[in-house]
Amino acid sequence: MQVSMIVNGEEVTREIEGRLLLVHFLRDHLGLTGTHWGCDTSNCGTCVVWLDGEPVKSCTVLAAMAGGHEVRTVEDLERGGELDPVQRGFMECHGLQCGFCTPGMMMTARALLDRNPDPSEEEIREAISGQICRCTGYATIVRSVKWAAAHEASTPAGGAS
Amino acid sequence: MTTTDERPAGFENNDHKPIGHGRMLRKEDPRFIRGRGNYVDDVQLPGMLHCAILRSPVAHARIVSIDTSAAEAHPKVKAVVTGAALTELGLAWMPTLSGDVQAVLATDKVRFQGQEVAFVVAEDRYAARDALELIDVEYDVLDPVVDVRTALDPSAPVIRDDLDGKQNNHIFDWETGDEAATEAVFASADVVVSEDIVYPRVHPAPMETCGCVAEYDRIDSRLTLWSTSQAPHAHRTLYAIVAGLPEHKIRVISPDIGGGFGGKVPIYPGYVCAIVGSIVTGKPVKWMEDRSENLTSTGFARDYIMRGEIAATRDGRILAVRTNVLADHGAFNGVAAPVKYPAGFFGVFTGSYDLQAAYCKMTAVYTNKAPGGVAYACSFRITEAVYLIERIVDCLAYELEMDPVELRIKNFIQPDQFPYRTKTGWVYDSGDYEPTMRKALELAGYEELRREQVERRARGELMGIGVSFFTEAVGAGPRKDMDILGLGMADGCELRVHPTGKAVVRLSVQSQGQGHETTFAQIVAEEIGIPPADIDVVHGDTDQTPFGLGTYGSRSTPVSGAAAALVARKVRDKARIIASGMLEVSVADLEWVKGAFHVKGDPEKSVTIQDIAMRAHGAGDLPEGIEGGLEAQICYNPENLTYPHGAYICVVDIDPGTAQVKVRRFVAVDDCGTRINPMIIEGQVHRGLTDGVGMALMEMIAFDEDGNCLGGSLMDYLIPTALEVPDWETGFTVTPSPHHPIGAKGVGESATVGSPPAIVNAVVDALKPFGIRHADMPLTPSRVWDAMRGVPRPPV
Repeated sequence: MQVSMIVNGEEVTREIEGRLLLVHFLRDHLGLTGTHWGCDTSNCGTCVVWLDGEPVKSCTVLAAMAGGHEVRTVEDLERGGELDPVQRGFMECHGLQCGFCTPGMMMTARALLDRNPDPSEEEIREAISGQICRCTGYATIVRSVKWAAAHEASTPAGGAS
Repeated sequence: MTTTDERPAGFENNDHKPIGHGRMLRKEDPRFIRGRGNYVDDVQLPGMLHCAILRSPVAHARIVSIDTSAAEAHPKVKAVVTGAALTELGLAWMPTLSGDVQAVLATDKVRFQGQEVAFVVAEDRYAARDALELIDVEYDVLDPVVDVRTALDPSAPVIRDDLDGKQNNHIFDWETGDEAATEAVFASADVVVSEDIVYPRVHPAPMETCGCVAEYDRIDSRLTLWSTSQAPHAHRTLYAIVAGLPEHKIRVISPDIGGGFGGKVPIYPGYVCAIVGSIVTGKPVKWMEDRSENLTSTGFARDYIMRGEIAATRDGRILAVRTNVLADHGAFNGVAAPVKYPAGFFGVFTGSYDLQAAYCKMTAVYTNKAPGGVAYACSFRITEAVYLIERIVDCLAYELEMDPVELRIKNFIQPDQFPYRTKTGWVYDSGDYEPTMRKALELAGYEELRREQVERRARGELMGIGVSFFTEAVGAGPRKDMDILGLGMADGCELRVHPTGKAVVRLSVQSQGQGHETTFAQIVAEEIGIPPADIDVVHGDTDQTPFGLGTYGSRSTPVSGAAAALVARKVRDKARIIASGMLEVSVADLEWVKGAFHVKGDPEKSVTIQDIAMRAHGAGDLPEGIEGGLEAQICYNPENLTYPHGAYICVVDIDPGTAQVKVRRFVAVDDCGTRINPMIIEGQVHRGLTDGVGMALMEMIAFDEDGNCLGGSLMDYLIPTALEVPDWETGFTVTPSPHHPIGAKGVGESATVGSPPAIVNAVVDALKPFGIRHADMPLTPSRVWDAMRGVPRPPV
């Protein structure tokens, strides 16, 4: 079947199998390998992308279901050569080690900050609680998101600057 | 890009100048935060095919027949390979890292649920999975050995009948210490406490599963393997030995690795399947296991059933420790430990205490479970050893009605006793334990916590305070004692300074997230004065790096870190000679100050390392006997292991209505010797503490009586999320290693080792009103609930 969607602001159209998962569509068909795959059961969240502005686990979405919708991935966080404050926060606060869960964590963090510019520690932990990081122990991720919140002022919502 | 807190004195506001050790943001992060890491599954090659593996649905069965015809007829399938086909190639079995053999594909029997039976190579990953459904295997199901305690019963089915003359499930007996001397101490001791302590089977479960891309070039007979390997050089050598391929024609590349934790040390059948698939089809072949395959078939950890005994005087002087261990190694002995150490470094179970005697006897057996045993950041079984001693010391404190902190401090090895030889023969290099413990007490506010506990208990609330103190043995290891399958555990390092003063350092170890590209640049920077930003760190590619045994057992900094420092000093020594020629003074008249040689007494006269690099490559004569260029190579053989230590304090609250344990606070004070990058060290500690919460409260790979794995997905194998862990509180002390060139000891596994006993001790402390002295991990609500109601502990 043919599927068309907007990915990171650009329309893409591909011939796919109906059963193809969005995560594999992004990775294997579009070469957007920043989105990762880590489990079979929607538990780990390494595959989180945005679907129409909402974070979703792309291993639990068929590519066909995303047809006609807008998808945003980690590759779109940096805009106009400027890093999103979330990306800078993760570097500044050591919010990553192996980097495998990081794209999913950052997409969730970005969505959180867009609707809650000054989240508490509890709110940040709740927001990322559907995602697993095996490296950081989460405290530095929380700090990273807080850092981003504190440095949003200079950047418009959505991360572009 | 650098920040300045915790920078060594004199370098606080010095960002434009060379720095070495200190907090510095990671050089690898710019690619990761852009989604531009390059993990194995990101590797795409033209014409690449996909491999999928058919696995056994049962724990123990004889294979009657395999029919692959329908799978072969699938239009997208390029090859279907069974154990019979591998037998013809001589590849059906491969050596494990412990000198046992393991089936690549089962030929006669399957021996654990999830064992590899056949593989398919197809045009895409979906088609490969489809074709697995078309393979028809007939099994004759056999009784499995699931309960390790029955594995040596005469009536137990023999799992390894592939081994000549094997009549039982026994793998090895091992002992350490002095049995008679220990018995003598126990016989005359005031107090003897014993406890059965189980360390359940757990799994490292890195976020990235295992996988590889194999590309075999038939014309050049060259194999390139992108692989999730923590030890690319060791793997290359083993592929050469197993497959008979010439070693110079094999290139193993470990690109970015999404966590390893020991699970990516072994060679798994899947890697061999992908290699065979590429040889058979002439195309590159990718194999990526799914999460279920990862949890059910790759290296597990722990699975020790321990009887711990401790002897002491009435006033709390610990005299001796004794333990008897039954070790479940699964269907193949796949432990990745130095050859002479079948139980890894479990011999350090004497802990941080000055004892009169110690003895351990261990028996290891086969069961119908996945092979492995050393993984999940265990420091070669030190996790089990530290859990045993720190749990049994708490049991003693319970019996003596002593404060567990006071009991520990009273028995610490004293600073003037180092180097300290333990009763099991380990020589602890350095340590100063009491200040580390005092710092943790101070950070935690221990006295205040105890007062609060009294008040809460009076109100019927369940609050617990747990303490652990650990000494680790890391940085394997001296080659006279330590090798893996005959490969000495030394590590090479090469440093090349380019004419413009930039440099490249090539390592034999491989990062799985630890930040080697930063830490090693800092180590070299500290020694040679070139800024870390100007030093490229190359690792994870056997064609580009010197030989060495890889990253596990917290060995990167203790072994390769030493190699990096020493190779930089070697280059600096040469630079000094060149500088003496440039400044026309003798080498003895030169003084090295971060990045430049100065003439003593005339500091205006100096040359920087960059000036020297250009001279080394440029026109003009060099001092007599000096070749051009500025580079060096070494291979570092550690003199001893390094022995980090730490004091951990955990505070838990238990809901009396649900038995849910909540970790309220966790204080960790680590001493890993010289600290290179405090930010990275803190990250490593946080990681291990989270492991500890997982193992103590949530994680277990369990099996039902038929040998079905009950932990085969992340819905069943529970890993802590951000909601289960507190905001970690960390501190440090510094006791440098006397034999390491920069005094560093390694920290990668300290918190995984040290935290589980602190958490369990806290839970048991909270349950003190119920008269409970011990409860086994994982302390899930149901287990805590049962403990509170006096229900006997579960068998395993």
